[in-house]
Amino acid sequence: MSVISSPLSVAESVRDQLKSGKRDAQGRSFSLLLQLSLALSILILLVLLYDVVTGGWSVLGTRLEDFLAAPMRSQAADSGVAQGIRGTFFIGLFTVVISFPMGVAAAIYLEEYGGKGRLARFIDINIRNLAGVPSVVYGILGLTIFVKAMGDFTGPNSNGRSVVAAGLTLAVLVLPIVIITAAEALRAVPQGLREAGYGVGATRWEVTRHHVLPYAAPGILTGTVLALARALGEAAPLILVGATTGFLTGGSSYQIGALTERFTALPIIIATWAGRPGDDWEAVTAAAIVVLLGVVLLANTAAILLRNRFEKTRK
Amino acid sequence: MVPDTNLTEPPNLDERIDVTPAVVVSPDPAPKDVVFDVTDLSVYYGDFQAVRDVNVQINRHEITAFIGPSGCGKTTVLRCLNRMNDLIDIARVEGQVRYHGVDLYDREVNPVEVRRRIGMVFQKPNPFPKSIYDNVAYGPRIAGVKGNMDDIVERALRSAGLWDEVKSRLKASGLGLSGGQQQRLCIARAIATDPEVLLMDEPCSALDPIATARIEDLMQEIKDKFTIVIVTHNMQQAARVSDRTAFFTTEVNPESDTRTGLLVEVDSTDQMFSNPTDERTENYVTGRFG
Repeated sequence: MSVISSPLSVAESVRDQLKSGKRDAQGRSFSLLLQLSLALSILILLVLLYDVVTGGWSVLGTRLEDFLAAPMRSQAADSGVAQGIRGTFFIGLFTVVISFPMGVAAAIYLEEYGGKGRLARFIDINIRNLAGVPSVVYGILGLTIFVKAMGDFTGPNSNGRSVVAAGLTLAVLVLPIVIITAAEALRAVPQGLREAGYGVGATRWEVTRHHVLPYAAPGILTGTVLALARALGEAAPLILVGATTGFLTGGSSYQIGALTERFTALPIIIATWAGRPGDDWEAVTAAAIVVLLGVVLLANTAAILLRNRFEKTRK
Repeated sequence: MVPDTNLTEPPNLDERIDVTPAVVVSPDPAPKDVVFDVTDLSVYYGDFQAVRDVNVQINRHEITAFIGPSGCGKTTVLRCLNRMNDLIDIARVEGQVRYHGVDLYDREVNPVEVRRRIGMVFQKPNPFPKSIYDNVAYGPRIAGVKGNMDDIVERALRSAGLWDEVKSRLKASGLGLSGGQQQRLCIARAIATDPEVLLMDEPCSALDPIATARIEDLMQEIKDKFTIVIVTHNMQQAARVSDRTAFFTTEVNPESDTRTGLLVEVDSTDQMFSNPTDERTENYVTGRFG
């Protein structure tokens, strides 16, 4: 570079250099690409929502209460999803009650207690693989174990085809997901927090209980609810463990009786109705989808509220 | 778990307060109380030898500084003194770390009991995400200490020189304090369990000079109650605060191209900085390497 003598020319040359130079064209186009991907994802979601809401509006807008309270019937016009909501609720409850403590406990063992040797890595990889196994396979597992082998316990009056069997099957289905997300939440706990606990003479149990778990709780909760949301939308394994696709006769008013009796669930109802011909069935199917979305949304909201409460205590 | 009778000197705060501070004016030939006697200590992380053949004694009511270049194993050795290396799965320890005559790595020694007697302050301030009060009270609580917790918390915070700054907001989060305050909170937390020894792993490396000076003053104030071992990168700090200094360095293993730390020499800080016996120490303290 040449030696510049006058201050004016220094200013000019600095200005030229600062204002010229290569613009970050790659960065800009990359950012544009990212925005486009995001916009497309949201667009698809909105189209989907619009489609089911408009499709089901003839039902939701006119007889919402009746639709939520009525059982499945032979005519679309007076069919409802009450049995499905009940089934989905109890199956979801069962799934959470079983998979949450088991999954979190397994994750705590893997992350806080177990070693980091070859066996631990082997187990870790296998749990990840289990999370990717198609849900139908879990359905077959549920059919073999919870319906046939344990039928006397899960559903003595219904050949094992019961809410209990379905809940157990879905619990096994989401267990690997719960373990993985809980383990990741535990891994995200800063090592300094553990050291602080051990440093003042806490035992491993005290460090885990007083410091690690409260810190990881929001992450664990979020992961568990996402897993539950997946379980609530599953139809395939429920069909295999014997969800009723037609009429439910248990109980006096077409409701599900005891947990050990036959059952149905929202995704089953949707799958069943979707196969029937005619605009009126199409409308109730769309309406049922909206109800299922609402149920999942409610579960997520509950989890977010819980998480916010835990996060407040983290400060 | 080791019964207290195995310890030649059970830690007892009242007894310690009565002891006059160790005098280092004249080269006193009288034997000092040895708290730690480390012999032939080597630490491995897997196959990698992090530090080898460390022999050092740490005296009661003195501040001992570990200095040396990065990777020389001074933190590793420090973390052997309260079994903190147990938290690293692949860490393996050879040799002996005797604490009042008891080998801390004896199979029957309970590391939780060790850490109650030998507290630690870490490089990065790591208060619990809890209130200031709960940070300090946590250690005594889990230790099942009976007595007035408010008094214990106040005494610890006063000892750490933090009481006046936080007394009006003890229920506020410890994470809301400044970095220097957080580190003093961590010191208060460590001394609340009434340990005999405080291990400090570069306690000032994340702090500004004023906060650093505050902590250094604090160390002088509490050293008649505690035995302190401090790891520091800062030679001036070692010269300012410590009674004895241990200098570590690294050597390259020719066949594996890894570095292993070793202890070069230990002596009184005056001697180490004015007239070290080893040439490597002299080069380091005069700023010729490291």
